[in-house]
Amino acid sequence: MAQTGERDQPGFRLKDNAMGLIEKLLHNLKAPRWGVHPDDHKRPAADAPLRTLPLPSRLYVPLLQHVGQPARPVVLVGQEVRKGQLIAEPQGRISAPVHAPTSGRIAAIGEITAPHPSGLPFEAITIETDGHDRAVEVDVPADPFTLAPAEVTALISAAGVVGLGGATFPSSVKLALGKRSEITTLIVNGGECEPYLSCDDRVMRDRAADVIDGVRLMLHCTGAREALVGIEDNKPEAIAAMRRAAARFPEIKVRPVPARYPMGSDRQLIETLTGKEVPSDCRAADVGVIVNNVSTANAVHRAVRRGEPLIERIVTINGGAVWQPGNILAPIGTLAADLLAFAGLKSEPARLVMGGPMMGAVLPHARVPIVKGSAGILAFNEDEVAIPEAGPCIRCGNCVQACPIGLLPLEMAANVRAGDLQAAASLGLSDCISCGCCAYICPSHIPLVQYFSHAKGELWAQERDKLRMEATRKLAAERAVRLEREAAEKSEAAARRKAERDAAKRAEAAAMAAAENAVTEAAE
Amino acid sequence: MNLNQLQPPTAPHSLSANSVSRIMLTVLATLVPATTFGFWLYGWPALFLWIITVLAALLGEAACLKLAGNNALPTLSDGSALVTGWLLALSLPPWAPWWIGAVGGLFATMLAKQVFGGLGYNLFNPAMVARVFLLISFPVQMTVWIAPMPITSAAAPGFHDGLLIFLGNIPKPDAIASASLLGFAKTELSRGTDLLHSLVGSAYGISLAGARAGSLGETASLLIAAGGLVLLTLRIIAWHIPVSMIAGIAIPALVANAIDPARYLDVTSHLLSGGAMLGAFYIATDYVTSPNSKAGQLVFGFGCGFLTYVIRTWGGYPEGVAFAVLVLNACTPVIDRYLKPRILGRNWRGAPLDPAVERAKS
Ligand code: SF4
Ligand code: SF4
Repeated sequence: MAQTGERDQPGFRLKDNAMGLIEKLLHNLKAPRWGVHPDDHKRPAADAPLRTLPLPSRLYVPLLQHVGQPARPVVLVGQEVRKGQLIAEPQGRISAPVHAPTSGRIAAIGEITAPHPSGLPFEAITIETDGHDRAVEVDVPADPFTLAPAEVTALISAAGVVGLGGATFPSSVKLALGKRSEITTLIVNGGECEPYLSCDDRVMRDRAADVIDGVRLMLHCTGAREALVGIEDNKPEAIAAMRRAAARFPEIKVRPVPARYPMGSDRQLIETLTGKEVPSDCRAADVGVIVNNVSTANAVHRAVRRGEPLIERIVTINGGAVWQPGNILAPIGTLAADLLAFAGLKSEPARLVMGGPMMGAVLPHARVPIVKGSAGILAFNEDEVAIPEAGPCIRCGNCVQACPIGLLPLEMAANVRAGDLQAAASLGLSDCISCGCCAYICPSHIPLVQYFSHAKGELWAQERDKLRMEATRKLAAERAVRLEREAAEKSEAAARRKAERDAAKRAEAAAMAAAENAVTEAAE
Repeated sequence: MNLNQLQPPTAPHSLSANSVSRIMLTVLATLVPATTFGFWLYGWPALFLWIITVLAALLGEAACLKLAGNNALPTLSDGSALVTGWLLALSLPPWAPWWIGAVGGLFATMLAKQVFGGLGYNLFNPAMVARVFLLISFPVQMTVWIAPMPITSAAAPGFHDGLLIFLGNIPKPDAIASASLLGFAKTELSRGTDLLHSLVGSAYGISLAGARAGSLGETASLLIAAGGLVLLTLRIIAWHIPVSMIAGIAIPALVANAIDPARYLDVTSHLLSGGAMLGAFYIATDYVTSPNSKAGQLVFGFGCGFLTYVIRTWGGYPEGVAFAVLVLNACTPVIDRYLKPRILGRNWRGAPLDPAVERAKS
């Protein structure tokens, strides 16, 4: 940009205007062409005031609520626990602890249904709540900014904070990684581009100051110079609230971004806010950026300032079958059934989804607990899930246009259908983020994402088999070498023994001959 | 493998309201003004020809589906056969006898589409395959054009005469037989008359009003273009093919006409004649037979336009849109192989970007 002094001269003004126009044009050209614009269905749920769920009588707290190794229980059945007490500790390098969401008695430690389409059972700690909500005593640092970044990160780690945007990667691991890879920019994801969901919106509206405080703490942990808060422009209330809260901190900038799915996906948001493209085989940290969700920032604030572990979250209850859609504050481990009962159902849901409609997983039934990463429970009615029968691909190119990664979904799907997974892989299948834009927009209603998930699974299995086979082959080869060596050694030893025997024989014969000679000589 | 029946269903759980039949019906709706205008100019025979061509196309599709043992109704209702028949009808001489439309319609959906496996599997644009087939097999019937005479004018045939013309029972009155602009220019040039003289005083100048001999789609070029613009704004087609195809015709036409206006037609005549507009907005943009990346579409469109110009100017036929589109259709798989979109985080060759370069950006 030209300096003010220069700008006053007419020549420069003309140039400046032209530059402005070109910049605008470039900006328009650079505006995202990818993605889709689904009906967001966020209101009225987003505008309904936050409600708090009455404490359920039982909570089912899963041990694996994050990416990485499951936590290991440190309590026994029958034991009394308090709110915020550690009930399972992390194991391994990437893991997160789990805490009791309220006070009560450990009723069971064992298998329940996973919040995953497979519906496979998994480990959880069942707590019978006592209704007193008695918390453990905690110490909080008077001023966390005087602590070393690693100490703050340790507090976050101990609180079991994980990425709440859906990836559920342990936050402390991410922040520590940031420290190592010279992060310059912290991106705070307030995109919430999935339709129906509004929990992040609610957090920004109701707890903006806490979120901004969490952002400052994360800046402290990572050493990043600035934080860019990206919020989709369909949330004006959130933008206003966050701007107000961030006004005192020049290092934190609130940046509205166009509402377009999947704007909340890391790579898309990074590119929109910084112009940086994360290389395909790299992490965001490799280009000096880390991304954290606004709800994560809120959790960081609570962990550090109040010593409160991540034991509750705001969940959006929405969908055509819900009587009073809205956002509900609920302890982790609450059954989806309890939340739906609280919000009320208009009709029997035709489909239950945990997460958003674009990427969420179908729940086999409502007796599934919410976890740290559960942004929403959606109960769809018949009309919302009516999926017309798939037709042939008319090569319309809508999927190509919509794919935020620049893939050719139609070609990949054709390859998968033909069983040629390698061809699909060579088209970039591994870069696919399963965002669902292609399947959403397809006029022939081809379940493209299903094809890709299937192919990714197969390729992964093949890769694993290949590794296994290679390992077997290596073992076999090693065994052959060993056997050969042993055989060689054996025959060598045999030869040696034979040679020794022969030598001994010869020596004996020679001695005999000598003796005979001696005898003969003596006789002569 | 049928993943459609897989349980449980996977994301996305919401779908857009878009559908194939919705796309096709929108395309047809944008063709209505041009077609009605054509009926008004060319009268009853044109209407009858349109009806039989569309019916034949539908019948061809239905027959093939029945033969294959499928229920024809769901496929017919996707509207694609209707679009094929309609576009073919727009590219025929409006007073051609009934069997031209019937043979063409059947050929388009049976041999140019269903034989390849139906919608989405054909390599060539069915309407253009049928048109070229008709042109080569019946060159006489396919090149008799008539001067437009609004249905209300005295010279226009009534319902009964129209039916007779349609059935090929009465010869067309000589007085109204005419030539298309491109055909006229070509004949005159081959007779040694240069364009500066041959076109003077002829009726060809007033093509904008549609008062020019040609197929329904040619005469109503501007309405066709308007329909195309509607499709563009509705994002049913992208701008890449129409713009590059128009450029492919306009650029060589501008250059050649500037060099020798006596020998080469001007840009406007080129763009508003023959199938240029119909081709650019409705034929070359056919989803199935055009490339799927933007870069590929630009190459494809420009190729269609340029080849059209070459055939019109130096080839044996006065019009070249159909041939040009078919040639480029054949190139589509190759274009698709070499011009792929760039994958995010990778360069054009598919190698991951350099993190150091991206880190330095701000
Ligand atoms: S959107 Fe569907 S019909 Fe269109 S090209 Fe992609 S897969 Fe084919
Ligand atoms: S699901 Fe994969 S292929 Fe489809 S749009 Fe998203 S990234 Fe592209």
